[in-house]
Amino acid sequence: MRSGAGLGRLCSTPAIIAFIAIAMALLPLIAPPFWVTLANYIGLYTIVALGLVLLTGVAGQTSFGQAAFVGLGAYTSAWLSTAHGVSPWIALAAGLALTFVVALALGFITLRMRGHFLPLATIAWGLSIFFLFGNLEFLGGHTGMAGIPALSIGTIELKDERRMCWLIWLVVVAALWTMHNVLDSRQGRAIRALKGRLEMAEAFGVDGARLKIVVFVYAALLACISGWLYAHLQRFVNPTPFGINQGIEYLFMAVVGGAGSVLGALVGATIITLLKQYLQDALPALLGTSGNFEIVVFGLIVIVLLQRTRDGLWPWIDRLLPHAKPPPVPDAAPLAARVQPAAASTLLEVRAARKAFGGLVAVNDLTFALACGEIVGLIGPNGAGKTTTFALLSGALAPTSGDVRFRGHSIAGAAPYRIAARGIGRTFQHVKLVPRMSVLDNVALGAHLRGRAGFLRAALRLDRREEARVRAEAARALARCGLAEFVHAEAQNLALGQQRIVEIARALAADPVLLLLDEPAAGLRFHEKEALAALLRSLRAGGMTVLLVEHDMAFVMGLADRLIVMDFGEKLAEGVPAAIQSDPAVLEAYLGGAPT
Amino acid sequence: MDLSIAALLAQDGITNGAIYALLALALVMVFAVTRVILVPSGELLTIGALTLAAFDQGHVPGTVRLVAGAAVLAGVIEAVRRARRGEGRRALAGAALWAGIPLALAALAAWMGPRKLPLAAEVAMALALTGALGPLTWKIVFEPIADASVLVLLIVAVAVHFVLTGLALYFFGAEGSRTPPFSSASFDIGALRVSVQSLLVLATSALAIAALALFFGRTLYGKALHATSVNRLGARLCGISPDFAGALSFALAAVLCAFCGVLIGPITTLYYDSGFIISLKGFVGAIIGGLASYPLAAAGSLFVGLIEAFSSFWASAYKEVIVFTLIIPVLLWRSLVTHHHEEDE
Repeated sequence: MRSGAGLGRLCSTPAIIAFIAIAMALLPLIAPPFWVTLANYIGLYTIVALGLVLLTGVAGQTSFGQAAFVGLGAYTSAWLSTAHGVSPWIALAAGLALTFVVALALGFITLRMRGHFLPLATIAWGLSIFFLFGNLEFLGGHTGMAGIPALSIGTIELKDERRMCWLIWLVVVAALWTMHNVLDSRQGRAIRALKGRLEMAEAFGVDGARLKIVVFVYAALLACISGWLYAHLQRFVNPTPFGINQGIEYLFMAVVGGAGSVLGALVGATIITLLKQYLQDALPALLGTSGNFEIVVFGLIVIVLLQRTRDGLWPWIDRLLPHAKPPPVPDAAPLAARVQPAAASTLLEVRAARKAFGGLVAVNDLTFALACGEIVGLIGPNGAGKTTTFALLSGALAPTSGDVRFRGHSIAGAAPYRIAARGIGRTFQHVKLVPRMSVLDNVALGAHLRGRAGFLRAALRLDRREEARVRAEAARALARCGLAEFVHAEAQNLALGQQRIVEIARALAADPVLLLLDEPAAGLRFHEKEALAALLRSLRAGGMTVLLVEHDMAFVMGLADRLIVMDFGEKLAEGVPAAIQSDPAVLEAYLGGAPT
Repeated sequence: MDLSIAALLAQDGITNGAIYALLALALVMVFAVTRVILVPSGELLTIGALTLAAFDQGHVPGTVRLVAGAAVLAGVIEAVRRARRGEGRRALAGAALWAGIPLALAALAAWMGPRKLPLAAEVAMALALTGALGPLTWKIVFEPIADASVLVLLIVAVAVHFVLTGLALYFFGAEGSRTPPFSSASFDIGALRVSVQSLLVLATSALAIAALALFFGRTLYGKALHATSVNRLGARLCGISPDFAGALSFALAAVLCAFCGVLIGPITTLYYDSGFIISLKGFVGAIIGGLASYPLAAAGSLFVGLIEAFSSFWASAYKEVIVFTLIIPVLLWRSLVTHHHEEDE
């Protein structure tokens, strides 16, 4: 049992990275030069592929232009160190600065929008830079630039490949370790939510557009460093290795290795490099040189591989490895909590809010107010405009006219992440969890705005105290909702009813003043509904205000202090449940007439 | 630059743009039905043109062996798949269908090879033969992973592009070919010489665009195909076979691509690897249309063709740089006017 857990720990990602560090420190001492050369290239490719794991695999943005960023790093250093005698280390800084500016500009143009714009922009950029390198005289045109100086650290010249191997793999190991840390942090949770869950992430305070740009720039900078190392390893550059084909190949490495995991980059870079090397040697001997067979066989292998393992090789290997059971979440000091406003003061005012989609008015001059510490049910037949109203309150939609004031400030049309920061937490009608993330991480995402740690602190593991408090907070929210036993389960493995409760726990982790629940009881069993009602009452006792859309009348009648009834986008009635139950207009809308 | 040169460049640009537009249509169609970005469209284009060139020179084109090989493979795959599902009888029928039709086409093409039939027959055969590669690719490569993520489908499509490029080199060799034009006539409008071939390219492109827009926008079957891309399971529940829809869209796209090859063949010398950059320009047009709108994709492609023609006059070394850099402001504009739905994994 103990040895099983020990073995599991040995197969954790940090342990594997440490093992790689030791192995690559020894390799140049014992391996023949050919292997050292191969290891150097695998290292350089891993650095680039790692950026793609973050950008494409995790954040869901496809880039074909990484090779161009590699070229930017290589050419900047090549030109500065040959034509101007600048130290390669200063040239590295210049290359990083240039890459930063280009990536920021490209990201700014393409990443604020969704869809297929980034792939295209990166194809365009990758092709342009390739033809530019080939046509600029001062960069040596298509023949390239030779005589690039070797790197030196102090008085040690890194002229031979063995020494470069140490430097390259130092960078690889550092990049793997910091990337693993970032993904296992506050920012990492937000990045993992970018893919297909942007709306949810923004509702918990993530500035999605900015985060996507940060991720893109980060991946570009990694590529730039790889290019700088390449230029001083080869001591010669020409445009060929920075073209669109190489850009595609980096994407191959990430996807074949497993674009969702840090070690996938390493596995992919290794497999693709060795495969190409082997095919180039073996196939001409086997089939003659009349055709370009290695590209055919290479393509076929990739097709078959992805037909067998869609997520790439690493997740497949990872399943075969033993895994230690994650320990219980240790308790930690609670995060600073909001002071709930005084009971019965006005919290939210909706004034003549209207939302029109072309000619369809989904919400028609709706006016209502919520007082602190009450539970209000928003009910109405299907299509009454309840979910649209929620979208107006949470910032997912901007009202066509009218105003929404929360704690005295107008929030109409504000970005969702700004509204979240003011203290509105919400759940979604269609559950929006990050399916492959643990339940704990999903809930911790709710506490995004209660942490401060940025990329740098996460990368260097300086965020651990804050992170422990966030995780403890998330665990407490889960325990409060009765899901303590599922803390480490993958969110996608929970039943739908449980996923709904996880959504509530996530909203609680945000420590909201106002909780918006969109059909929380749908799909719950009787006892689960009772537990949910008890939970909401205890939240009310703690001063929280709850607005819920619900179709389960028995549930909402027994729970809510007041009800607001909507029909055809307008407010039909408002009052205590008993009054609503006998309101003739409500009965007309629901039943087609009052019972006689 | 005087007016006559500008007019000449414009004619060039519009002709090329019309061909990119056809490619863009093929890409939009395949993406709309299967979510596959058809990266190998460039290879299908070259294979189409090189097949016609081989007929024109009285050879049996290498495509015959390519199609025959793929047909046998597809037949075996279909038989195994159906047999595993316990459809013993239908396994044989499926295999016979998938292998039989392409093999029959290949045999006919082999018979035609040395006989020098009229141009129209050769074009029809080149289109049919290359078109057969579409559904075969779908069956062998994409059908087993049809519900994978767009990224995985894209990477696999790139792998298919590699395979087809390598095979094109083997079957057609490294030397380039031109195909015979439909018409070498031309007439003058003022100072401008207009070639009938360009007009034909324009007319057929416009016709194809209109036909596709009608098919997908107005017919039940076209709408059914589109439904498949939005929700495979839902489409299946409504009685639409996603597998058949995929095969059909790949067939249509392959014929369209081959047709582009036939149109562009008389204008440019094509090598086994020329297709990729041509298809990229079609892809650019398709993206301008948001991978969804046929008329916008066509307009975007015309725009690409025009930019290419004029930049090759002013700064020919930087032609590709200009074409691909100018896309970025267009993207910015598109970003401001399009709305997108979030796509689940």
